[in-house]
Amino acid sequence: MSMPGSEALLRYVLRLGDTSLVLGQRLGEWAGHAPALEEDLGLANLALDMIGQARLLLSYAGELEGRGRDEDALAFLRDAPEFLNLTLAEQPNGDFAHTIARQFLLDAWQIETYEGLTSSTDTRLAAIAAKALKESRYHYRFSSGWLIRLGDGTQESHDRAQAAVETLWRFTDELFSPDEVDEHMEAAGVSPRLSELQPRWSAHVDEVLREATLRRPTSVRYLWHGKRGVHTEHLGHMLAEMQHLQRTYPGAQW
Amino acid sequence: MVATLQHEASVDERAVWRVLENVMDPEIPVLSIVELGIVRYAHSALDGRLHVGITPTYSGCPATEVIRRAVREALDEGGYGDAVLEEVLSPPWSSDWLSDSGRRKLQAFGIAPPEKPVARPRHLFHLPVVHCPRCGSATTERVSEFGSTPCKAHYRCGSCLEPFDYFKCL
Repeated sequence: MSMPGSEALLRYVLRLGDTSLVLGQRLGEWAGHAPALEEDLGLANLALDMIGQARLLLSYAGELEGRGRDEDALAFLRDAPEFLNLTLAEQPNGDFAHTIARQFLLDAWQIETYEGLTSSTDTRLAAIAAKALKESRYHYRFSSGWLIRLGDGTQESHDRAQAAVETLWRFTDELFSPDEVDEHMEAAGVSPRLSELQPRWSAHVDEVLREATLRRPTSVRYLWHGKRGVHTEHLGHMLAEMQHLQRTYPGAQW
Repeated sequence: MVATLQHEASVDERAVWRVLENVMDPEIPVLSIVELGIVRYAHSALDGRLHVGITPTYSGCPATEVIRRAVREALDEGGYGDAVLEEVLSPPWSSDWLSDSGRRKLQAFGIAPPEKPVARPRHLFHLPVVHCPRCGSATTERVSEFGSTPCKAHYRCGSCLEPFDYFKCL
């Protein structure tokens, strides 16, 4: 392994933090646009938790990096290739079914990841994970409950939910495909083994899809590389909006 | 060891707790941050200074920053200007830490206190019975899993028909 352990840890923490941040920003885009007031509240609350988790993780990443960048500098002053979030998190909101399917797949991933991280050899990550895990479980209740209602609802909601799962499934391989960073973290006991998380994630996802009367899509063997900084075209557009204020008025505060 | 004992004797910890008990939650002003379980410790450490640990309820709770400033101000005004304020993440905050007096005050304020104990994960449709804080009826329905602040969900009473907040179990 050519990568030093400190570099691997920094990248690993950025992956977790950026995934939460990007997903939080996407969820925030729903504010004022959700199908009903209750869902508007729900998505905004999810966004708040995601951004809170991102703050804890990106603050830690800034300390690990040791170049004086805090959570805000990391969030607002990096360009897309420096973001290491999972490709799934940056996918556009689409209709409500797409947002729910994306949330469900990532909630299930976060639960397994955070559960594993609570016994990390990195005590800071373990503490953040224990906190975030409780929130992710609550989110999962919301997203899985909605996926079941949509899938097992009307013909229209079923078709849309199925289409959403089909569209997003291609990004799920990346969740469990280890690369150099993951191997480093697994060997050091920092992160859980992706090969052990995958079957558990899969079983939970299958259970909900069955309940929702949705078909599990066949696996598409195409690997995305958001966690290595290679993104779909959607991230750049999202960052343009998210970073606009800090880029135009550097250091602006409330 | 001797040094520790001397330092411990140098600060009246009960007086510090009384100061902290006067810091109210900005979103639920009838509850102090002590009753909410946000203050984890207040003791003098080996460095001879008072250390106060507070924990966020939710990672994204906007009140966390306001609470930190309020604690700082209360300590300064209470004569503990050199106290060290620390953020504690582990173990994570739980609604189980809400004190009994806190639960009673929530109820009187019109917010249903969390049903104990915290529900197990993935209990999809296994929801607790939440009692209406106004009329006590168990015939209530959940309107939304989320409410006006991160710590609350939105409910409606089927008996007195009043909407109310429920303090989430987490």
